[in-house]
Amino acid sequence: MHGWNCPHSYFITRTSDYSIKTRNRCVLGGGGGRESVVSACDMKCGITYFKTAGIVLSSLHVLAYLNLPIICKGEGCRTVPLAGHVGFDSLPDQLVNQSISQGFCFNILCVGETGLGKSTLMDTLFNTKFEGEPATHTQPGVQLQSNTYDLQESNVGLKLTIVSTVGFGDQINKEDSYRPIVEFIDAQFEAYLQEELKIRRLLHNYHDSRIHACLYFIAPTGHSLKSLDLVTMKKLDSKVNVIPIIAKSDAISKSELTKFKIKITSELVSNGVQIYQFPMDDEAVAEVNGTMNAHLPFAVIGSTEELKIGNKMVKVRQYPWGTVQVENEAHCDFVKLREMLIRVNMEDLREQTHSRHYELYRRCKLEEMGFKDTDPDSKPFSLQETYEAKRNEFLGELQKKEEEMRQMFVQRVKEKEAELKEAEKELHEKFDRLKKLHQDEKKKLEDKKKSLDDEVNAFKQRKTAAELLQSQGSQAGGSQTLKRDKEKKKTREEKSISDGTCTTPGKHPVVPCALVVCAV
Amino acid sequence: MDPLRQSPSRSSSRASSPRTLPCEMLGYVGIEAVLDQLKIKAMKMGFEFNIMVVGQSGLGKSTMVNTLFKSKMWKSTMPGLGVPTPQTLQLQSVTHVIEESGVKLKLTVTDTPGFGDQINNDKCWDPILGYINEQYEHYLQEEILITRQRHIPDTRVHCCVYFVPPTGHWLRPLDIEFLQRLCRTVNVVPVIARADSLTIEEREAFRHRIQENLKTHGIEVYPQKCFDEDINDKILNSKIRERIPFAVVGADREHIVNGRCVLGRKTKWGIIEVENMAHCEFPLLRDLLIRSHLQDLKDITHNVHYENYRIFRLNESHVLPRGPGWVNLAPAPASVPAPAGPQANPGPPKVGGWAKDNSDEEC
Repeated sequence: MHGWNCPHSYFITRTSDYSIKTRNRCVLGGGGGRESVVSACDMKCGITYFKTAGIVLSSLHVLAYLNLPIICKGEGCRTVPLAGHVGFDSLPDQLVNQSISQGFCFNILCVGETGLGKSTLMDTLFNTKFEGEPATHTQPGVQLQSNTYDLQESNVGLKLTIVSTVGFGDQINKEDSYRPIVEFIDAQFEAYLQEELKIRRLLHNYHDSRIHACLYFIAPTGHSLKSLDLVTMKKLDSKVNVIPIIAKSDAISKSELTKFKIKITSELVSNGVQIYQFPMDDEAVAEVNGTMNAHLPFAVIGSTEELKIGNKMVKVRQYPWGTVQVENEAHCDFVKLREMLIRVNMEDLREQTHSRHYELYRRCKLEEMGFKDTDPDSKPFSLQETYEAKRNEFLGELQKKEEEMRQMFVQRVKEKEAELKEAEKELHEKFDRLKKLHQDEKKKLEDKKKSLDDEVNAFKQRKTAAELLQSQGSQAGGSQTLKRDKEKKKTREEKSISDGTCTTPGKHPVVPCALVVCAV
Repeated sequence: MDPLRQSPSRSSSRASSPRTLPCEMLGYVGIEAVLDQLKIKAMKMGFEFNIMVVGQSGLGKSTMVNTLFKSKMWKSTMPGLGVPTPQTLQLQSVTHVIEESGVKLKLTVTDTPGFGDQINNDKCWDPILGYINEQYEHYLQEEILITRQRHIPDTRVHCCVYFVPPTGHWLRPLDIEFLQRLCRTVNVVPVIARADSLTIEEREAFRHRIQENLKTHGIEVYPQKCFDEDINDKILNSKIRERIPFAVVGADREHIVNGRCVLGRKTKWGIIEVENMAHCEFPLLRDLLIRSHLQDLKDITHNVHYENYRIFRLNESHVLPRGPGWVNLAPAPASVPAPAGPQANPGPPKVGGWAKDNSDEEC
């Protein structure tokens, strides 16, 4: 194996739910068994590859999947003896107190056909009556119903979310039945990922909605798994901790049950479905978990009816031929399920969800988005850099759009201006024309006025000349002639006035004056 | 916005938190077994704690660390002729694993020899700030990897113990500058060092003056007022806040007093017992740091200081980080100043809200 010159050595235990086959013989010279000492560098030293049984893994992957303690046994850290009681053995209590004040969160997904007793089992598990009505068989598609409940036990507050499939297995064409479930699980991961990637985030206050455990209800046919079950479990096993259980198991007799269980496990193994195995790396619970693993899948019965047997109330299902006690280990595996699910492994389920399923989802999603991580040979990109590049791209696009808009705007303004200028020009021309007309008219009228004035002057001259002549003539003898002339003139004037025509200029001063006055 | 660690069942900080219905359980289910599961898991994983001691040389920092953890973490430095005072501030870290009753603690102590020892102490806090930010940076780099470790090794400084020399007067300008800059980046616990040179009355007066100084300059030391979540915490922390800064004496030699073997300093006029509350306040410091608030220190570092740093870093995206094997486009700043951005933004009091008016309004 590579990487032996590293000062840090980790103990890696082979977990049964991950298919690393580490070589049992230890190169350093130690026992075989479940533990092999392999050398892996931590991040500070760099990345080493080590080859185990033909699988090349980077230490990163190994560290990510296995549960390594912080305290490494190696040269890096020395153990110092204490000379007295320091007091940090209260640390676990401090941690627990902090967790209590924060509260716990647990999300269960129940997948199974309608009528298999999902809601009843939840009621029985948590010893309470969750509200809800039984669903009908006429749903057009598979839907998921999610309800959240606040449970309190002594000083522990639990926020329990129960998600149930409605209409699973009721359709005629069940090809896409698994899809809404997978989408729902992905949506919860996505929400968490979004929160984690935010700049301002509130992760400690975040209500974790990721599914921690998926209980898959198998119909108690007694034969084997249905193909729908196989397909659905195969799709779910990489996304969530799948725990298959045989529902309504009081319909199967004991001998049939053992055969059924064996058939189910063999089918699951042959199809490569990875169901959740209870963890065995902790000595305190390894034994219990080990025996429980052998009993998978659990055959359970759910019931909320109670009957007094002996001197206490037990949950039962009553039949004419007998009474099935839910909490009797000889009758069904309900107690085992409750032990495993709640009392022993709740924390482990949550941890697996976070560190395995969520990390897998996160990795796939980020790689899909175009982020790459460290590669041994090529220059690695950083998340930051890719973010940067994308952001710049986006900003560039925005700027381009802005430019376009600005140009369009400028264009429009120009057009409008041109139009307005045209209109203005027209108006000017019109104005000029009118002005010219007006000037012509004025000129004409002024000419007329002038000519009229001339006539008036001429008339006045002749009038004075005539008066002179008459005064000379009258001296000789004829004021009559003067009078006659005057009369003649008068009659001629009157005649011309009554005619109203101006035949000769200078004879009719009155009328042209009137004309001039009107025009002006 | 909700305070930091409110239980999610009371009110939701996110708009999309589901509507929850309280349910009565009719019998014992066994949910509280999850606490045991947590404990087992924690014991198996082990704990980490990183502490930094800052102060001028000769104030008894190394001795204090040895006394706190009752082991020879550091060799207590005695001024010898052959040991030159370092010209620049250097940070020295040492890591030990200590175990008690099955609980393993990986303790990292960072010492700062040379702090405040020069004639011109301008910007002597820069290397310290740089170191703290560097640890945040490491953690951030680990966190944003695509394939990341299950448990990211935590080297961030959880607590910084600042040793104030026992002048008996006020905080010196160096102290004030340092505390102002650091209280926003890390949890600071100031202590009066070598308190056996002050009488009890002098200690009280000194303590009051220091508290006034801290208040005038807006320095929030640990336990910070705005992070008290409920009334019990408030009461407990107010009691602690009254006694900050603790007047401590460190000793790593044992003497016989009244037939008992105690840690103490022997002088001609008597033996100063370190663990005697009448003599000095070392037990208070020890209880605060180890027995009651260790997890709290780590939580505040993770949820507040680290988040502040992260916001600052992710907003400031034009400075690319420098990490192992990365394309080095621009060097990271050697000493990142205390982030100015988060202070200006109004927001939840714990994340980003360090401005004075914020803490007054929302605490």
